[in-house]
Amino acid sequence: MHEVTLTVNGIPRTVSVPARRLLSDCLRHDLGLTGTHVGCEHGVCGACTVLIDGEPMRSCLLFAVSVDGAEVTTVEGCRAPDGRLGPVQRAFHECHGLQCGYCTPGFVTTITAYLREHPDPSEEQAREAIGGNLCRCTGYQNIVASVLRAAAIQRGDSP
Amino acid sequence: MTTKMFGEPMLRREDPRLVSGDGRYLDDLGHDALAAAFVRSPYAHARIVDVDVTDALDVDGLVAIYTYEDLDGRVAERLPLLIPHPALHAPRTGYPLANGVVKHVGEAVAMVVATDRYVAEDVAERIRVSYEPLPVVVGIAAALSATHRVHDDIADNVAAHLVQEVGDARTAIASAPHRLRLDLDIERSASMPMEGKGVYARWDAADRSLRVYTSTQTSTSVRFALAAKLDLPVDRVEVVTPDVGGGFGVKIVHPWPEEVLVPWAAIRLDRPVKWAEDRREHFISSAHERAQHHTVEVGFDDEGRLRGLDVEFAHDNGAYTPYGIIVPVITSTQLLGPYKPGAYRVEFRSVYTNTVQVTPYRGAGRPQGVFAMERTMDAIAAYLKLDRALVRERNFIQPDEMPYDQGLIFQDGRPLIYDSGDYPAALEKVKKLIGWDGFAAYREQARAQGRRVGIGLACYVEGTGVGPYEGAFVRVETTGQVVVATGLTTQGQGHETVFAQVAAEELGVPVENVTVVTGDTRRFKYAVGTFASRAAVMSGNAVALAARKVRAKALRIAGEALEVDPRDLEITDGVVAVKGTPQAAIPLKTVAVLANPLRYAFDEETQRATQFAVGGSLDKPPVDDDDEPGLEATDYYSPLRSTFADGMHAAIVETDPETAEIRILRYAVVHDCGRLINPRIVEGQIHGGVAQGVGGALYERIVYDDDGQLVNASYMDFLMPYASEVPTIEIDHLETPSPLNPLGVKGAGEAGVIPGAAVLASAIEDAEGIRIDRMPISPSELWELRSSRRRDDP
Repeated sequence: MHEVTLTVNGIPRTVSVPARRLLSDCLRHDLGLTGTHVGCEHGVCGACTVLIDGEPMRSCLLFAVSVDGAEVTTVEGCRAPDGRLGPVQRAFHECHGLQCGYCTPGFVTTITAYLREHPDPSEEQAREAIGGNLCRCTGYQNIVASVLRAAAIQRGDSP
Repeated sequence: MTTKMFGEPMLRREDPRLVSGDGRYLDDLGHDALAAAFVRSPYAHARIVDVDVTDALDVDGLVAIYTYEDLDGRVAERLPLLIPHPALHAPRTGYPLANGVVKHVGEAVAMVVATDRYVAEDVAERIRVSYEPLPVVVGIAAALSATHRVHDDIADNVAAHLVQEVGDARTAIASAPHRLRLDLDIERSASMPMEGKGVYARWDAADRSLRVYTSTQTSTSVRFALAAKLDLPVDRVEVVTPDVGGGFGVKIVHPWPEEVLVPWAAIRLDRPVKWAEDRREHFISSAHERAQHHTVEVGFDDEGRLRGLDVEFAHDNGAYTPYGIIVPVITSTQLLGPYKPGAYRVEFRSVYTNTVQVTPYRGAGRPQGVFAMERTMDAIAAYLKLDRALVRERNFIQPDEMPYDQGLIFQDGRPLIYDSGDYPAALEKVKKLIGWDGFAAYREQARAQGRRVGIGLACYVEGTGVGPYEGAFVRVETTGQVVVATGLTTQGQGHETVFAQVAAEELGVPVENVTVVTGDTRRFKYAVGTFASRAAVMSGNAVALAARKVRAKALRIAGEALEVDPRDLEITDGVVAVKGTPQAAIPLKTVAVLANPLRYAFDEETQRATQFAVGGSLDKPPVDDDDEPGLEATDYYSPLRSTFADGMHAAIVETDPETAEIRILRYAVVHDCGRLINPRIVEGQIHGGVAQGVGGALYERIVYDDDGQLVNASYMDFLMPYASEVPTIEIDHLETPSPLNPLGVKGAGEAGVIPGAAVLASAIEDAEGIRIDRMPISPSELWELRSSRRRDDP
């Protein structure tokens, strides 16, 4: 067993895990953060995407021990500082950007990271930004709209 | 006036939970449970010679290993045949664990229970199974040739054979001025929800009760099936559906082997047990759909009007038929779409192969039927050199011919009678939306730039809201909160929102006050399930009926309290008041208090209902003979037959003259599902359906090799569309109410996917001038078609 210390959504957490423990399983089953979902277990669908030191990564392709010391942001950490829905989460709600909600956490984390670098994307860029995540329910149209809406919320544009 | 809620594009009430990671899907539950894993067959057809567990026994954390020999009672029997049909003369279902023989790759041979999933898989890896391979049947042609058998006792590999005929189709075709024959293929695909299946069971030995959480489309039916399999009284079994990460049909099948084995093991071990399906397991051991080969013979007149239609097709049902022959039955009936076929004859054979079983995937046989019919329409138009839209229009059933009896038996065992629809209006709308009439000019413009474009059209009619019934429970709490429960499940359709809209509208309360529970047998015991675009129709109407009962009761009690005629009362924003005299009013929550005569108050408010506080007649008992305590009611909606939604899709594609890449430039949808409860949610359903239609037309195919190995069993190799593959979808609605149900609604869940293959084949054919008779089509296949045309016609 290996001791791993992670700062998860701003809170330092220490867990004891076998070397082969996937980060996705560590977050979900050892730390109880079940918002991170596992869709394909081979890095294709993006549902398990979390931010490692701010960068989106597939937590199903990482061992927990390999990110010892990292800052991890999960969908639970994408809320606004006051505990209400964060801008991306709010945008998904307002634009009907989700149906079953299973893939949504991976989109929320991916888009959160993307908008930090690209605060004012075009529709085409928004579509490109979510191009690595699979959704089986929505047909993506309302997710594209959610990206644009989240950007507007972050810029403080009126609704 | 209470704000109108029915028909409003309300934001979803389930979203805040789901967008912030607070959803509770199956594998989010039961962290203390033991984990199950399965040893699955690597052979498509083989006899199991030996299962050797010697090496597995040393693994630290192993709890149990089970093979078929360990199963007892009815668990050792075959899984149920869910939907028997007179034409299904040779049904076969599997066992929870293979009984001596495996019939497809992925069939479960042994079950492992261990302290966690990693350990369970370590154990599974060390179990050595010896197999004696048997001859393998893959594909419709191999099945029909009957060189080898899938099941020893079925010599021709045919599970079912059905003929339906209206009029004398063959004579009508023979005597028609023109005749065509088409061979049309659709390949295998699959539902592929983002969340696989999963089961978590807790046995309470002291209470002798079982609670099962399962990612299903039908919790009530799982409950009955498990009670029967495990020989438990039904009242000792609770089945709860947590948040479900998509279903699209595959999760309506039940009980899955794992759905029986996990609770069985939990009882046997007296420990909670959980299994969450991994992606590879989902590919090789759940269910697929679509693969059919159709032969169409059609006779028509100079105007393109159908005289007769004769369709024969073969359906690949995989190794087992737990869901009966619903898929080919739907193809055979829904193929007719919005058209009058003249005489119609349809014949199908459903055949066994050594592949994963075939059960409904969104659309459920309709994409194939619509592909066959719409390809036929295009072929007639090409033959007569007529506009494709015009040929369709000439064959439409007209609005004044409704209700229209197609003379066939539908998938619910009831007559195929269309209840309403306005097909000419829908066609007008879609032509306008896509710019049908102006396309020729656009094509010329594109051609001048060296670009190749084409336009396509496809129409469908979809039987939705099949019975037998759904029910709902509605209660007004003494807090004024309204609780709604319905038995069918939810896997992304927004039922917490739409059923709240229906209840709020009927009761006259703010929608924020309504909470909806679905798919939990503790809350509602009788239900069928969420499939066949039926939830809004079935549970929507049941909620309306139950709410109407509650409303009537509330008005009666309020009338007594206010000493007015209930007919003079209305309910607005949760307050019952005399119409025109809002001062004479009583809040609904107080009515709820009064509805339950009390001996013991539990707070200040409920003191009003105690025996010395209530007034009323002393000649009547506190609860009258025909009354019940509580401001609540249960009611059921059971339709005479299905209600028929319809739609028309049009698409413009561009094909690359060099690479044969196929790009969708525009995609237009006109959709009629009767009255819309929530247009935002309906449009979301259409978007998702169209995306799956695009996948089915251009990308998704399940590929088996001749040995029965599923060669693309991963998301890397089975190509589902990403955002880059799905076009922007333009939608226009038509609302032709259904006369069959109180809300006038029709189903919308599957619609988007149905004409996908047909409309894109139509558009690609138009762009290329090459007959497209097989879908999906990849760029390399299109390139091959171009090459073979050049060879044939140099």
